[in-house]
Amino acid sequence: MSTVAVLSQTFNIKGGDFVNAGEPACKIRNILREIGINANVIRRVAIAAYEAEMNVVMYARQGEIRLKITPHKILLEIEDTGQGIEDITLAMQPGYSTATEEMREMGFGAGMGLPNIKKNSDIFNIHSTHGKGTRLKLTFKLNGKTKK
Amino acid sequence: MTLGKIIELLNCQIISGAVDLQLDIKSAKASDLMSDVLTYSGPGKLLMTGLTNIQVIRTCDIAGICVVIFVRGKKPLIETVELAKTCKIAILATRLSMFEACGMLYSNGLKGVTITAPAQ
Repeated sequence: MSTVAVLSQTFNIKGGDFVNAGEPACKIRNILREIGINANVIRRVAIAAYEAEMNVVMYARQGEIRLKITPHKILLEIEDTGQGIEDITLAMQPGYSTATEEMREMGFGAGMGLPNIKKNSDIFNIHSTHGKGTRLKLTFKLNGKTKK
Repeated sequence: MTLGKIIELLNCQIISGAVDLQLDIKSAKASDLMSDVLTYSGPGKLLMTGLTNIQVIRTCDIAGICVVIFVRGKKPLIETVELAKTCKIAILATRLSMFEACGMLYSNGLKGVTITAPAQ
């Protein structure tokens, strides 16, 4: 059975744009606040969105975040075109990173992004084709047992 | 500890933002790694950092931090200050090192944010 989205919005992300990185995540957070989502869920969605966005900015040419809100869950799909991930198992290891010096100077690229996105989402799905791009599908449940 | 007391202890300069001297700060974080601030984003309204770029403010905004103190006399970039104004995040600066700033606040009773790091 398909789920009907109550609200759906897409945000573009430009690779290498460190100045505007984070704006979509803040907008998503504001949307969730406006519709009165639980503060703990908002915090997890915002952190996951921001980390995912930084990954696109750091490693891809361009990408987008698609936000869908249904009565029972929030879905975030982050898709990019870029270099993709060669070894997902390795990329999921906390501390593993291929970040450049510039990224590290921004306070990122410590190899915590993907593990942190996984930690904050209820369902974490990643698909990447090396040389083409990466797609993340994240689900955050709105009722029942959710992560703290 | 009130924000006023923190400003006094660290001899802070107020760079921008409306500073509520009575704001009650229960715990603080200190890091130059924004990934860590996001990973261990428990409660805590105050961040001390030596990084001054725009992503520090984005990170604070996402992590619910409303006061940032730049240590080691670092001055923020103009775009950092502009974004902080938009996000209603107060920016302060101290000439103390990170270690000294943390030690000063801790020894006066301000606690850190207790985190549980994953086992290695």
